[in-house]
Amino acid sequence: MTQTSKIDIKGLNFYYQQKQVIKELNLELPKNRITAVFGPANSGITTLLRTLNRLSDLTVGARHEGEILLDGKNIFDPDVNVTELRRRVGMVFDVPTSLPMSIFDNVALGPRMGGMKSKSAVAEEVEKALRMSALWDDVKDRLDTPAARLSGGQQQRLCIARVLALEPEVILLDRPCSALDPISTAKIEESLMQLKEQYTIIIAPHTVQQAGRIADRVAFMLMGDLIEQGYTQEVFSFPKDNRTNDYLTGRFG
Amino acid sequence: MRINAKTSEKIAKCLIWTAALLVIAILFSIIAHILIKGIPMISWQFLTDIPRDMGRSGGISSSIVGTLIVTAVAVIVATPFGIGTAIYLTEYTRESRVTRIIRFSAESLAGIPSIVYGLFGFIFFVIYLKMGWSILSGGLTMAIMILPTIIRTSEEAIRTVPQLYREVGFSLGLTKWQTITRTVLPSALPGIVNGVILSIGRCVAETAAVILTAGSALRMPTSIFSPTRTMAVHFYILAREGISMDNAYGTAALLIILILLLNVGFNMLVNRFIAKGR
Ligand SMILES: Nc1ncnc2c1ncn2[C@@H]1O[C@H](COP(=O)(O)OP(=O)(O)OP(=O)(O)O)[C@@H](O)[C@H]1O
Ligand SMILES: [Mg+2]
Repeated sequence: MTQTSKIDIKGLNFYYQQKQVIKELNLELPKNRITAVFGPANSGITTLLRTLNRLSDLTVGARHEGEILLDGKNIFDPDVNVTELRRRVGMVFDVPTSLPMSIFDNVALGPRMGGMKSKSAVAEEVEKALRMSALWDDVKDRLDTPAARLSGGQQQRLCIARVLALEPEVILLDRPCSALDPISTAKIEESLMQLKEQYTIIIAPHTVQQAGRIADRVAFMLMGDLIEQGYTQEVFSFPKDNRTNDYLTGRFG
Repeated sequence: MRINAKTSEKIAKCLIWTAALLVIAILFSIIAHILIKGIPMISWQFLTDIPRDMGRSGGISSSIVGTLIVTAVAVIVATPFGIGTAIYLTEYTRESRVTRIIRFSAESLAGIPSIVYGLFGFIFFVIYLKMGWSILSGGLTMAIMILPTIIRTSEEAIRTVPQLYREVGFSLGLTKWQTITRTVLPSALPGIVNGVILSIGRCVAETAAVILTAGSALRMPTSIFSPTRTMAVHFYILAREGISMDNAYGTAALLIILILLLNVGFNMLVNRFIAKGR
């Protein structure tokens, strides 16, 4: 790979109790690129994303083997500060989950808890994040209203803004458009294309088509195995593995 | 003889309605009776004067103050411990023998008659710690009495907070404590407040345990070390010793109004808080 990699996954195995859901995974995620990890249900994609910022630590009975290097440093090293890691590697869940507070407070929570004291700095950060997630124009006149009143698409963009406000280096997106209409989806995809200038983005796409539209690189996972990876055009036009081909042509999944 | 489904449905409906109406009628007539007899007794003097001639004349201002402060002490002491225990049980431990023991103890404590707490408070606070009959002894005893309720209601409220809120908190780089205080507790607040309101009701209504620990002095309390006679106790003594049924009714009516006001006030506070978030 010519690109410098931001994250380098080496020999990752992941288990829930006895059940192995990620098998001997090796994958490099290049900096300032969008990588889409796709595959049929239960392939372990959500698990993989949750492992990248160690949210998997919260799951009782989960364990892993192998290394995940972030800028060359293993995130599982005992001296790694997990809360700092999660600020560097932000995550957007597949279910849009706004917290029961105002729109402003939702986005401001991360910066505030991270120690940002000045009110004006927080407000600036919130505005910046909302603009980047293409939500600002929708909500700028009602920042104090409860976030729960936003539509599904707006809530998902709020979740993206909430992560952007952390000024992360990597953004993990788990099917960010699964609850959205085509227009909201297009808006989010457009934002992502711009965001990759500054961030490294890893997305579990809603559909294969979505991966084709926005991803620079793709990785195909099947039942915990990484079957194939490479540049989007190459994998989509000339899949090397039959199973990739079958999945792309809709013959199973 | 077999009754068809429609008929049995009708009979059941009828019985349920009768039961509900009966309960409401009984409750309503008790409250109406007390308010009708009591409200005419409530005057400016009744509210602001201390009891005179054993309560035959004068007002009940010292009892109002005593009731409010004993209850305040109990709630201020018990709430942090109760919420803390609930947080420990829900967020910091897994189900284990220890959590089961704590939960079992809390549940057993909730079922113990209040006079037992009164006796404990009398022996421990009043005599052993030499705090005498005082607002402090009474308040602390009430605190122990309501603690199990607060633990249980808080625990239930915290358990119903969606797991996703916690994950969002952690995923935004919040520490465990920040996640709990910023995402979990605000969502659990209405349930927690409900438990506190229930507990306030129990403190305000308590008699036996308060007589044993806070005494029954009629003087206006000057500090939390003064003895006092709460409204429920005053009412009990007035009625039982036949001192003044009129003033007993007045006290009871005020007690009911006080509890109603507290309920409404707290609910308004919570609703205002929730309105900001939902
Ligand atoms: N907390 C858990 N405990 C036990 N098993 C789990 C847990 N979470 C996921 N699994 C199992 O691990 C496997 C992979 O799940 P995961 O959610 O990572 O897949 P996915 O590729 O994201 O699937 P989907 O397309 O449905 O989102 C599944 O078989 C799932 O049932
Ligand atoms: Mg998933």
